[in-house]
Amino acid sequence: MYLQSRYFIRTALIWLLAAGMVGAALLVNQGLALGGWVGVLQPTFYHLLMVGWVTQLICGVALWMFPVLSREQPRGPAWMGWATYAGLNLGLLLRVLAEPLHTLAPAPWTGALLVISAALQVGAIWIFVLAIWPRVKAPRGAAERA
Amino acid sequence: MPALSRLLVRTALVWLALGYAIGGLLLSQKGYPIANWLWSLRYTHVHILLVGWTVQLATGVAFWILPRLDASGSRGDERPVRWYYGALNAGVALAALHDPLAAIAPAGQPWLRAMLVLAGLLYLAAALLFVRHAWPRIVAFRALPRPGGG
Repeated sequence: MYLQSRYFIRTALIWLLAAGMVGAALLVNQGLALGGWVGVLQPTFYHLLMVGWVTQLICGVALWMFPVLSREQPRGPAWMGWATYAGLNLGLLLRVLAEPLHTLAPAPWTGALLVISAALQVGAIWIFVLAIWPRVKAPRGAAERA
Repeated sequence: MPALSRLLVRTALVWLALGYAIGGLLLSQKGYPIANWLWSLRYTHVHILLVGWTVQLATGVAFWILPRLDASGSRGDERPVRWYYGALNAGVALAALHDPLAAIAPAGQPWLRAMLVLAGLLYLAAALLFVRHAWPRIVAFRALPRPGGG
């Protein structure tokens, strides 16, 4: 497995752990009523799981295993993978920090962090789509074999 | 990657780009409210990303990598997968459009209820069609007889 995919998949595993902890806190809170503030973590839990774990794991495995682009650049421009990795994780981290704060005590700076988080995640995913699109192709030599 | 997988994966990527754009709008709306109608896109975001992206990508890759049926490399009858593709994407489109249309249409429109029913039936048909295709391909590693090899 090449370096970029290892970063994606290991970071996805860390987000999975974080999602497990937040999910556990939400369930414990439902049973024991720890405090109303725990309940505000529900959207955080969904996004830790679906963005941090599922989407990031898919990105890491797709960059690793989809058909290679060319002999010279098997996985396309490396910067696109790194930009996806940075945008997705920084965006998610900002969301995890700012969203509960914004729900409990809305302030202009927490609102701004959410907008920045949104821009980072959307930008990251669009770059991923552009990076992986040309690799969704028939294997080399398939046309000749057919 | 076979043509049908390319179709499924590329369509999944289009839903991914669209679903994140809508998610970005929703998160920005939470930070800086600009238009309340944006909240009607919440389930649109969920349907597009859970079904249009995640489910479709998984099935597109499964069609590509599940074991073949014989040594000639056959993946079996592709027609159920083509129908699956149509049913799944029509279902996602209907489910995604329902809430934004309900937000602007007069309440209690029968066609709005029909959209949800149809979307649900299309999801069910899609699941049945894909399972019908994939089931015989879930097999242990085995030596396949060569075509014409006796």
